[in-house]
Amino acid sequence: METKAKIKKTEILKALEDVKDPEIPTISVVDLGIITDVEISDKGKIKVTMTPTFAGCPALKVMEDLVKNKLFEIGLSEVEVNTTFDKPWNTNKISSKGREMLKKHGLTPPPLHNGFVEINMLIHITCPHCGSNDTLIKSPFGPTLCRSLHYCNNCRQAFEQFKPVS
Amino acid sequence: MNYSKKEIEIIKELLFKIADDQLIIGHRNSEWTGLGPIIEEDIAFSSIAQDKIGHAQAIYNILHELGEADADTLGFLRNANEFRNCHFVEYPIGEYDFSLMRNFLYNNAELIRFEMLSGSSFEPIAKLAKKIKGEIKYHVMHADTWIKQLGKATEESHDRMQKTLNGSFNLALGIFEPGEYEEALRTTKVFNGERVLFDSWLSSIEKILEDSTLKLPDRSTWNQVYGGRRGAHSDYLQPLLDEMAEVFRIDPTTEW
Repeated sequence: METKAKIKKTEILKALEDVKDPEIPTISVVDLGIITDVEISDKGKIKVTMTPTFAGCPALKVMEDLVKNKLFEIGLSEVEVNTTFDKPWNTNKISSKGREMLKKHGLTPPPLHNGFVEINMLIHITCPHCGSNDTLIKSPFGPTLCRSLHYCNNCRQAFEQFKPVS
Repeated sequence: MNYSKKEIEIIKELLFKIADDQLIIGHRNSEWTGLGPIIEEDIAFSSIAQDKIGHAQAIYNILHELGEADADTLGFLRNANEFRNCHFVEYPIGEYDFSLMRNFLYNNAELIRFEMLSGSSFEPIAKLAKKIKGEIKYHVMHADTWIKQLGKATEESHDRMQKTLNGSFNLALGIFEPGEYEEALRTTKVFNGERVLFDSWLSSIEKILEDSTLKLPDRSTWNQVYGGRRGAHSDYLQPLLDEMAEVFRIDPTTEW
C-alpha cells in the first residue's frame, strides 16, 4: 500500500507541473514551491495543501481552482485544496528548474538568502538580458507583488526581478 | 488548541486591533492608486496596500476559526465603533509628506509587532507572522529610504518632513494604546505587550531620523491620541468605511 501511495504522489506532482502561475506563465506551482503537501487517503481521496507567495496574492484563488481542475482532468474525483501558512513560503523554495523558468520570462531569479533580506541584495543584480551587473534598482515594488523594478546601464533596458523574500 | 473561553476573548481582542489597523491603513494607502507623485510611488503605495489588506484578510480568517464571522463580513459590515484600529491609520491621506511619514512611523511598529508575534504561543498567528514579516520588511525599506532622502534633500523637503513629523507624532503614539489584557497576553506568552513594542520602535525610528537630520518632537509635547482600541474613533473612520463597503453592502450575499 505504502509504495503504491508514494507513486501516486509523484504522479500528482508531475501532473501539477502543467499548472502555471497565471502571473508568470513559464513557472509551475510545483517549481514555485507553493505546493506544500499532497495527502492520499486509503480510499483515494486527495488533499493538496498550498501556501501563498504573498498573503495578498490575487492569483491564489485562481491557482487553487487550476490545481483542482487539473486533478479532475487526470481522472481523480475526490479532491480538496487548502491554503495554509503551516509551511510558509520564501523565495529559497523556488526550484532550480523554476529559477531557469523565471529567466525565460525575462525575470532575474531571487538571490538565495539565509533568512535575512537586506536592501543591498536588491542593488546591482544581474541583468537578465545581457548579464551585466551594472544595474540600478528603480523601485522594490513592481507590476505584481513579487517583483521589483530595475534598469541596466549596460544594455539600457528596464527589467524586473523576482524579489527575494525571507 | 486548548484555550479557555476567556483566553480566546483575550486573543481575539489582540487580533482585531492588528487586523483592523492593517485593513484601514491598507485602504488609505490604496487611495494613492492613480495619484502618486511619480509612477514608482503610485505602484509602491498600491502594492503596500494590497499586502496589508491581504494581511488583514489572513488575520480575519484566524478570527473566523475562533468563531467570528467570515473575513468579508468582518471587513465590510461592521460600523466604526466596532473597529479597534488606532486613529492614526484612519486619518485622510493628506499631502504626500503625511502619507510617507505615517507609513514610516506605522510600518516600523508593524514590523516589530510581527517579529514579536512570530514567537507567539498562539500558533496560528505565529505562523502567519513568520510569513508576513518578510513582506513588511519591504514596506519599511520603502519608507526609510524616502525619509532619509527627503530629510536631507533640500531645505523645503526637510522642513516639510519635520513639520509633518511634528504633526503626526501624537497620533503615532496612539498605535501603542494598551489593551485591557496586556498582562494576560504577556503571562500566556501570546504577545509581549505594547510597552515593549513601543520601546523597541522608538530606538528603531530614532536611528533613521538621525540619519535623516530630522528631530523627534520634544518629550514635553508628547500627548498620545488614544481611544481607537476601545472603538472611540475620529470622525474620519465612518465615511471611510461607508466608501470602502459601498459596493459590498448593495448585496452582501453576492458571489464575487
